[in-house]
Amino acid sequence: MTTTTPQTSGAEQAQAVPQVTLTIDDVEVSVPKGTLVIRAAEQIGIAIPRFCDHPLLQPVGACRQCLVEVATPDREGTVRPMPKPQASCTLEATPGMVVRTQRTSAVADKAQHGNLELLLINHPLDCPTCDKGGECPLQNQTMSNGPGRSRFHDVKRTFPKPIAISTQILLDRDRCVLCQRCTRFSEEIAGDPFIDLQQRGVRQQIGVFDPAVLGFAGAAPAEVYRGVQPDGTPVDASIGVPARDAAGPAGDAALDTSGRPFASYFSGNTVQICPVGALTSAAYRFRARPFDLVSTPGIAEHDSNGAAIRVDHRRGVVLRRLAGDDPAVNEEWISDKDRFAYTWQGMPDRLTVPLVRDRGEDGTPGELRPASWAEALETAAEGLAAARGAGGVGVLPGGRLTLEDAYAYAKFARVTLGTNDVDHRARPHSAEEEAFLAHHVAGSRMSVTFADLENAPTTLLVAYEPEDEGGIAFLRLRKGVLAHRNRVFSVAPFASRGLERLDGTLLQAAPGTEAEVLDALAAGAPGALGEAADALGADAIILVGERLATVPGGLTAVLGLARRTGARLAWIPRRAGERGGVEVGTLPALLPGGRLVTDAQARVDVAASWDVERLPAQAGRSADEMIAAAADGTLGGLVVGGLDPADLADPALARTALEKVGFLVSLEVRESAVTRLADVVLPVAPPVERPGTFLNWEGRPRPFPQALTSTAMADHRVLDALADTMGAGLGLGTLAQVHAEIDGLGAWDGERAPAPTVPAAQPPAVGEGQAVLATWHLLLDDGRCQDGERFLAGTAQRPVARLSAATAAGLGLSTGEGLTVRTDAGQVTLPLAVTPMPDGVVWLPTSSVGSAVRATLRVDAGAVVSVSAAAHVNEGEAL
Amino acid sequence: MADKDITRRESAGEVGAGEQPHRYESLIEPKKGLGELLAPVAGFGVTLSSMFKPTVTEQYPFEKVPTKPRFHGRHQLNRYPDGLEKCIGCELCAWACPADAIYVEGADNTPDAQFSPGERYGRVYQINYLRCIFCGLCIEACPTRALTMTNEYELAGPSRRGMIYEKSDLLAPMGEGMLAAPHPMVPGTQDTDYYRGNVSGPVPEQVDWVAQWRPEDSTLPSARRAPATPPAADSPHGAHGQVERTPAEASEATR
Ligand code: SF4
Ligand code: SF4
Ligand code: SF4
Ligand code: FES
Repeated sequence: MTTTTPQTSGAEQAQAVPQVTLTIDDVEVSVPKGTLVIRAAEQIGIAIPRFCDHPLLQPVGACRQCLVEVATPDREGTVRPMPKPQASCTLEATPGMVVRTQRTSAVADKAQHGNLELLLINHPLDCPTCDKGGECPLQNQTMSNGPGRSRFHDVKRTFPKPIAISTQILLDRDRCVLCQRCTRFSEEIAGDPFIDLQQRGVRQQIGVFDPAVLGFAGAAPAEVYRGVQPDGTPVDASIGVPARDAAGPAGDAALDTSGRPFASYFSGNTVQICPVGALTSAAYRFRARPFDLVSTPGIAEHDSNGAAIRVDHRRGVVLRRLAGDDPAVNEEWISDKDRFAYTWQGMPDRLTVPLVRDRGEDGTPGELRPASWAEALETAAEGLAAARGAGGVGVLPGGRLTLEDAYAYAKFARVTLGTNDVDHRARPHSAEEEAFLAHHVAGSRMSVTFADLENAPTTLLVAYEPEDEGGIAFLRLRKGVLAHRNRVFSVAPFASRGLERLDGTLLQAAPGTEAEVLDALAAGAPGALGEAADALGADAIILVGERLATVPGGLTAVLGLARRTGARLAWIPRRAGERGGVEVGTLPALLPGGRLVTDAQARVDVAASWDVERLPAQAGRSADEMIAAAADGTLGGLVVGGLDPADLADPALARTALEKVGFLVSLEVRESAVTRLADVVLPVAPPVERPGTFLNWEGRPRPFPQALTSTAMADHRVLDALADTMGAGLGLGTLAQVHAEIDGLGAWDGERAPAPTVPAAQPPAVGEGQAVLATWHLLLDDGRCQDGERFLAGTAQRPVARLSAATAAGLGLSTGEGLTVRTDAGQVTLPLAVTPMPDGVVWLPTSSVGSAVRATLRVDAGAVVSVSAAAHVNEGEAL
Repeated sequence: MADKDITRRESAGEVGAGEQPHRYESLIEPKKGLGELLAPVAGFGVTLSSMFKPTVTEQYPFEKVPTKPRFHGRHQLNRYPDGLEKCIGCELCAWACPADAIYVEGADNTPDAQFSPGERYGRVYQINYLRCIFCGLCIEACPTRALTMTNEYELAGPSRRGMIYEKSDLLAPMGEGMLAAPHPMVPGTQDTDYYRGNVSGPVPEQVDWVAQWRPEDSTLPSARRAPATPPAADSPHGAHGQVERTPAEASEATR
């Protein structure tokens, strides 16, 4: 139990628990009642060998490796030995217990030796090829607590190997010691038991669901390997035999993109906790040995949870990432995206030198060419100075920045460019959202924490899918649901897979009606609404996602609800840099520390700290306004950070704006849609090649060191150099300088921004053959940060479109048939999954393969689109 | 005072120049008579007598003398009789090396590029002969007997880079009847069959595969000629056929 927050009821309970005193190897130790003997031994530094025991999983006593000799006092108080050695991982310490481990008891030692010999009887001699070799608890404990030789001379049991559980996770059953850590993880933590124990006796094995027993659907073997013969003939092969699964009625929604039953977003954790090399990941299989690797702690850059990771690299190449151990944030778990999606940082399209585009006499743009830093900075400085005169320069930093970089962008915009036109929100957003962020989020660090998610008896999710839009918060919520019977309510169009596993209650809301539903949450309301209203008290938490920004009045309604009920409210964006950006002022109306641009005193404060005469007082433009201004020529230039135009509300307009704008400077890690249009491209370092700090959604700083040796510069250094070239440096060349400035500014203690008051809009009328669009991102989709990892891509959920049964029937469609969603701009065709949801609503994944909603349809959630049966369905695709 | 006890040390030229506690006295008894007369030239006797003894000087590099059979020379990465590599890229040799001279990277064997039996092969294999101390611990560590040592000792070169031997420099030459990797394993066999020596040469399926994808391969004629049952032994050893089989391999062949 974490004790980092003041109001963890769990921590208080822990203090109230009485202590018991026992003796382990003649050492007396006092532990809280209920502590397992194996944990008590750890406290005094005695390691008992174990395989199945894991501090975050329920004890099972499956492997029998932790046997110790135990004696307990009987009713008269005489200490009587138990007749046989006991498994210390399932045994609770009791007062007066006398435990002897392998260190002082020959019986325990012999029992452990015997058990290891038994485990090794059928264990293959795979160590030379096994990925676990060198960091294998079975190898290690055989050396420390096992027999040096085997007396077994017969033929070992073998299994065909490996089985591909998904394209990413491979299983060698003969190496498995049946400890069930993997199955317990998927049942107890992730809640998606994609593998289970099957068969009996010597044939007992871990495997994917046996269709005969569990009625689970399956499909073709996963194509784990795709390559070409020397002449270019493609070969597809699965490594080993496919798992035993047969076709069934589960439908597309339950499949992953490789056509297998969808496994899990958290499957990589089983590889890490498997105490042998039975579970391995295709991405790391046969790539390295632990002694090759240099490990550096890190923070996952994919979402706003700020999960602790460990980056393992060899000779400047990242080979794998593992979950770090941070009890306050991610415990020991990370999502598969955090674990496997690291290849983007070292792709061949990495930018290593600055690029400059020469313009002809008449201003026609030429080709980008490599340039020196000095030349590129000069060119950028001149161009920006000119653009400042010709309508001003806007700054679009993107939502993936570290705190330090965001601070540099905020200062660069105000000091060097003299504008408040800076907005990190590379997604649909609204003025109401900005007001909400200024009112509620900025400067309110750690008001809701992960521990609170676990302990709050009620959580209401609004426009937020904890599993798809992050992952770690989902695990914490689920832990609370299982341990404390917490309740989760979600305002969404349908109950997602994640909500079902949270045992959650759906408060059904068609897109655009969220505000209405929130307002209707009052005691005495009918059905689930009333239930939710009753449960929402001062100890409840409301989690709101970034998507509510697109619902007029949504955030106003959420604030109203929080005020009415006294529940605490937290905003959880998807991207890692959004929370930090709010804090350090990469928003048009916000200065660092939650200060308001409109507040004269705040401007004076910041100007004094920045050593400038004054700051621009005129309100800045939002990202959408900047894009519009650039497209119609009123904005002279743009400085763009890590941002994909396809993520903006109108990607086509964004592209026009980037083409048309007078001068475009791009700070990017890899070649992108922005760099291809830029006048000057300044390469910046990806997270592994620079130190920095992410601020996660709690407002918790998550600092990380530089993992790889590199000469690449972080954004704040590049901006500092650029500002220097333009006349006056920012003094932000080093992390220490940035931190000193942020600390010096401190938090704002003046007036907070007023809450937004935006009335809810009427939901649009839906005509015949039309539907309102609902959409959000799946965790694994077509995003640029998942590039280059095909094994991971295979485990993504297969994109489907969703309609209610009645709407589907109206179109004459059923599950599995093709549905076409159309607007004037384009169309998306996906297989249909009939889902219990409001009639007249269609759901699409925002950015999956074949479903780039914003780029193709040019609309977002809440818009009216036409739906029809697909004209022609490709058989292979419909499957 | 402590520094009073410290005596002055002689400087270099003065060593021994101070008091002489003992005069030198030879322990050998001085010769008498004729012996005393011839003593100054007695040393020439050794020279004279050795003129009539056999010569031990080796005329290297004009004449090369075979080393002792267990001499630790350059490494070699062996092959199975059908030409597949024995190395599985396990890095145990690198791990065992006390001089950190070996660098290995493993990779997957794939259906279109099978280099060794089983799932894994050594994609990168380097030995740095500026570091190697020829202790042979790597040979002991190798679980597949892929790595052995030849008797080749001529390991010198003009550049540092050239002293890092790549996999191509270390791989055993193709023996008669061998088929160059990559090619599929003998159908119906597993990696254990290779370890046990049950594979004695390329089979027609493998020859056909290579003929289909690499018709120009230079080992094809010899692999076609070879009967399907060449001796179940290792490749002929030694660099360029000069050197005899090393003991490690000799003992392996007798297993
Ligand atoms: S699981 Fe451990 S003991 Fe078993 S083959 Fe792999 S490294 Fe060896
Ligand atoms: S696969 Fe690994 S984690 Fe799962 S039961 Fe086997 S040994 Fe345990
Ligand atoms: S030579 Fe032997 S020890 Fe070295 S990597 Fe190859 S198989 Fe392993
Ligand atoms: S660790 Fe106790 S039985 Fe497995």
